[in-house]
Formats: sequence, structure tokens, C-alpha cells
Amino acid sequence: MLASYGYKDASGDFFITIDTEKCDGCGGCVTACPAGIFQIVDEDPNDPMREQPVAVVADHKKKKLKYECNPCKPSVERSPLPCVEACKVSAISHSW
Amino acid sequence: MAEEKKEYWRWTESIWKNPDMNWKDAEYITAGIDVGSVSSQAVIMADGEIIAYSNTRTGSNSPDSARNALNLALEAMKGLPEQRFDYCVGTGYGRVNVPMADRSVTEIACHARGANFIYGPEVRTVLDVGGQDIKAIRCDEEGKVTNFLMNDKCAAGTGRGMEVFADLLGISINEVGERSLGVKEDPPPVSSTCVVYARSEATDLLRQGWTSEQVLAAYSRAMAERIFSLVERVGITPEFAVTGGIAKNRGIMDRLMPMVGLEPMKTEWDTQIAGAVGAALFGYTLWRKGKTK
Repeated sequence: MLASYGYKDASGDFFITIDTEKCDGCGGCVTACPAGIFQIVDEDPNDPMREQPVAVVADHKKKKLKYECNPCKPSVERSPLPCVEACKVSAISHSW
Repeated sequence: MAEEKKEYWRWTESIWKNPDMNWKDAEYITAGIDVGSVSSQAVIMADGEIIAYSNTRTGSNSPDSARNALNLALEAMKGLPEQRFDYCVGTGYGRVNVPMADRSVTEIACHARGANFIYGPEVRTVLDVGGQDIKAIRCDEEGKVTNFLMNDKCAAGTGRGMEVFADLLGISINEVGERSLGVKEDPPPVSSTCVVYARSEATDLLRQGWTSEQVLAAYSRAMAERIFSLVERVGITPEFAVTGGIAKNRGIMDRLMPMVGLEPMKTEWDTQIAGAVGAALFGYTLWRKGKTK
């Protein structure tokens, strides 16, 4: 499942997409993210029948992505995002 | 002289029971309660078929709204004791706060499952325009989510916005759709769908001499465009179905569907109950799964 967390508002689209087919719940993103927006849950909240751990964007961070992710996204000399780099299975992508 | 206070936003609440089914014949009885930001529904199922539902307005707190919705559905059943429920699932904004629920399931999962039930297994793209959020979901033939997006930060283009416009223009919420189609040609859409900005823009347009129909058309157009931009992000595959109160608003549907380029699926069921139907179905599956374990 492509799970998109985030929002669209007047200033743009701010979504982080986690491919739950790829995600193995390793938790690499949780430690890599300086803003701590990820968490590992035991069961996919959007698929109650699946019982494997998976990464999600924490509820209390979901509506603040524009600000939380901002420090990792300088306008020049953009290095790879820590979360994207930490994900060995390339399950994470950003919409902006 | 006392002035009558009219509530133009107030939509029709409903209760329904299946006249052909008796709960006493059922093996498993499950319930789904969807406490949304604007409306709450309770669906009672017997062996995976709907036997009763209620659709009411959400009050100021989730437990009371859930209780109210469930009581109305139970009342329709006449004599079904709540103890008879095998499993009860809560969903929606207030899902963590439904005291009688055995567990909660996110509204994303419930809407896909519910749409699969009320529209049939051909549905692949589900758009739910709720009171304060928009959910665009793609699912497989079993109603399992494959791709989703939920805009729950910004209420632009949602049902609540329509209610605010109904109140502003003094037109009943049941009529806004038809009335917005009463213009010869759609005026340019309002520049922002943000409920607060759109309302002040509309007030300004009314002062300039626009008719209520023109203002409604301008807002409906902006709302349809906003909704479309979100559905487009998850991608559209046929068949396409719309759940939630907006499915009943022709003003939005007639403007949205040409952009989507598909015919919307039709159903006999109340489109607002999709989430609660999905919750009751999950209750049914989870209960049977627990039994066989």
C-alpha cells in the first residue's frame, strides 16, 4: 500500500509516502529523522488484517510536515534526505 | 417580535431498518460506529448484511455522539439487546473515544471496505468528502487499500464549507446543489477554497450584485477543482465512487465528474454510511478470525 501522510494547503503539497509493501519495519527512518516524525507500529493502521510492523508518520507530526522537514531541505546544495537515505528498501518518498 | 432562527445547514438525519431480516436468525451480530467531525453513523450487521443504520449529527463529544447514533439504530431494531453484539468497531475522527467499541480501525480502511460493500467489488477509486477532510483511496476487489491520501489539516473543499455557504446565503443545504446549477454559465471560481477566505470573498461578491446562484456556482466550481487535485494525486482508475454527504450534492458532482472523465457509480444506500459499514464488516471479519484462532 502506498500510504501518503501529510496535507495540501494554500502553500503546496506536503506528503510523505511510505510503500508498506517494501517497508519491513526495521526502524532505520525513526533514528535517522532529526525531527522524529516516524514511528514503528505493530500493525498497519490502514490494514487491520496485516500484522507486521510498519513505519508510519506519527499522528502529532502529520500536520506539521512543512515545518518539521524544512531543516533537511535547504534551497541550495541539497544533500540526500536522512530518512530516504536510511531506508534500505527505498520505501520513503516526499512530494515536495 | 421573536424572530425564527433558521438553520440552513441542517441536513436530514435518518434511521433505517431492513424489513426482511430478523436479528434472531443471525449467528453473528456486529456493529460499526463512525464518529465523524460533522456526522455520526451506526450500522448494525447480521452475518455481514446490514440490518439497521442511523445517520445523525455529531454533538460536542464523541462518546455521546456514538451512543446517540447507536441508540437510534437499536431503537429501529426493536428488542435487539446491545449485549447481543459480538463485536463493535469504532472509526472516524472520534474513533479512539467510542466507549462501546472493542477496537478502532482508521476511516481509510473502513471507507474502502464500506464502498466495496455498498457500491460493489468493481470500485477501485473511492473519494470520500467528509465534514472536514477529503480522503482519496484506491483499493482492490476485496476493498483492501492500495494507495491513499487524506487531507485532514485543511477543511478547504469539504462538507463543512458547503454548510457555511448554505447559512451565508440562507439556502437549505438540501437545495444548494440544484441552485448552483441554476446559472447559465459558471462564473470564475472563487480564488480560495479556504472556508474563511471564501466566505468573505462571497460576501463581497454579493455586495457587488452577484446572485446567490452565481456565488454558489463559483464556490462549487472551486470546491470541485480542489477535490479533483487531491484525487488526481492518488490516480484515478475505474470504477469511481464517491462516499460522504457530497455525493448527494449535484452541484459538486456535476462539476467534478467531467474533470474525472468517468461516470460515478450509483448505489441505493445512503452514501454517508460507508465508513460505519466498513467498520461493521471489519468487526465481522475480526470476530470470525478470533473464533478460528
